[in-house]
Amino acid sequence: MTEELHEVHLVVNGVPHDVAVPARRLLSDALRHDLGLTGTHVGCEHGVCGSCTVLLDGAPVRSCLLFAVTASGSAVTTVEGLTDADGSLGPVQQAFKDCHGLQCGFCTPGFLTTITAGLRDNPCPTHDEAREMIAGNLCRCTGYQNIVSAVERAAELIAGTGESV
Amino acid sequence: MKPAPFAYARPTDLASAVEALAGNADAKVLAGGQSLVPLLSMRLAAPAMLVDINRLPDLDHVTSDASGVRVGALARHAAVLADDEARRIQPLLALALANVAHATIRNRGTTVGSLVHADAAAEMPVVLCLLGGSVDVVGPRGRRTVAAADLFLGPLESSLAHDEIAVEAFFPALAAHTGVAFREVARRHGDYALCGVAGLVRLEGPRIAEARAGYLSVSDVPTVIDLTPALSSSESLSDEALAAAGELALAALDPQGDIHGTAAYRAQLVRALTARTLRAAYDDAGRRREQP
Ligand SMILES: Cc1cc2nc3c(=O)[nH]c(=O)nc-3n(C[C@H](O)[C@H](O)[C@H](O)COP(=O)(O)OP(=O)(O)OC[C@H]3O[C@@H](n4cnc5c(N)ncnc54)[C@H](O)[C@@H]3O)c2cc1C
Ligand code: FES
Ligand code: FES
Repeated sequence: MTEELHEVHLVVNGVPHDVAVPARRLLSDALRHDLGLTGTHVGCEHGVCGSCTVLLDGAPVRSCLLFAVTASGSAVTTVEGLTDADGSLGPVQQAFKDCHGLQCGFCTPGFLTTITAGLRDNPCPTHDEAREMIAGNLCRCTGYQNIVSAVERAAELIAGTGESV
Repeated sequence: MKPAPFAYARPTDLASAVEALAGNADAKVLAGGQSLVPLLSMRLAAPAMLVDINRLPDLDHVTSDASGVRVGALARHAAVLADDEARRIQPLLALALANVAHATIRNRGTTVGSLVHADAAAEMPVVLCLLGGSVDVVGPRGRRTVAAADLFLGPLESSLAHDEIAVEAFFPALAAHTGVAFREVARRHGDYALCGVAGLVRLEGPRIAEARAGYLSVSDVPTVIDLTPALSSSESLSDEALAAAGELALAALDPQGDIHGTAAYRAQLVRALTARTLRAAYDDAGRRREQP
């Protein structure tokens, strides 16, 4: 049986893409397999771990719980879209580097997208708010302490108050 | 972990959506997908067709008036939670929604979808039942209103026919002299609760005229229990009265043990959360009386 294909138009990190995919193609797989953007990681594939989190029209969503065809017409930001225009690390990425916020890095793309949106909505989170911001993402390596520090560090970097290290 | 193939329709008007559903006995509605897509990926469900309702017009509203809050089928949990008018008219909505999954899931999942999904571990079905709300559904036979009491038939089973689409939920406003509260215990904040309680207390003067509570995760369907008999004789809430309310609730519930907690532990959660929730709802009613 050949599956019917659907035209899907996505603007990913500012770049328009048109692909034809079966209706059952998850957005996570469309990004990774059809567009070759493998920065978005797939861990559990049922919405629990958060590693596949991307921004859909600015809001964080699980790309493993969304069909590409449903998302057609939307703007998607993946971890690849978080670097600054000159290719240097964006503030949240820089904060993870500064604070040693990752070890194996598998979960990191989901944290970076989640925190990017979280700090846009709440630019100076309290310690508890920083923890709450990442509560929906799992990391099996770090123990989270350094990720929470990275949230606070990223807030400083974005506000321009952080001392460079 | 990939969904099986399915035919896909993305209608842009309600009549076509109903027609598509009615035309395929194995078709299912796709709303936010936060419950359905995991089921498809794990192949616990493999419908022949999905009718994606995300492009239907005029269904993403959250509108409030003195009678209550109306939530359209495409209003995401996040939009309902952020709506100040809804919070003012019926505070229990936001109190409970803050416990529904994580923010990222709430950005996509719909409140109406979680009602139709009819999970006895979900917060919103219990809230709808406790408040005596309803859901409006549209099918080939027209539009009808289903009362909360008639909506939940069993685990993950609502009384909607397969070709009906839920278009709007109605949550009645907070009545005068009434307070509400929500408490749950989950292994991590945002996870499905081991037990959760939504409580409502109405005062007449200093006396408790009505006390009811809705329970999640300790029965097959969302269950509301009238606890007034345990409390109505006391003018202020005594620990003994709250303990009696907990026992009254337990008699009507059936907490089951599973990998996350034993039946005895869940029963203890019913006792503890009944007391905490009623106390908080009682205090809330008192506060509202002082600052109308
Ligand atoms: C990690 C994770 C944690 C979660 N934690 C919680 C939690 O703690 N509490 C909680 O309550 N929920 C939780 N959820 C579920 C979430 O709230 C879902 O959003 C909700 O249950 C379903 O809404 P939806 O719009 O995503 O529906 P979908 O997944 O699209 O659909 C669910 C079911 O309802 C049907 N349906 C949906 N909308 C309609 C409609 N308008 N008319 C007719 N049928 C319809 C579908 O056919 C399907 O059978 C969690 C989900 C995930 C992935
Ligand atoms: S891969 Fe999407 S949440 Fe785990
Ligand atoms: S760094 Fe390894 S899972 Fe988070």
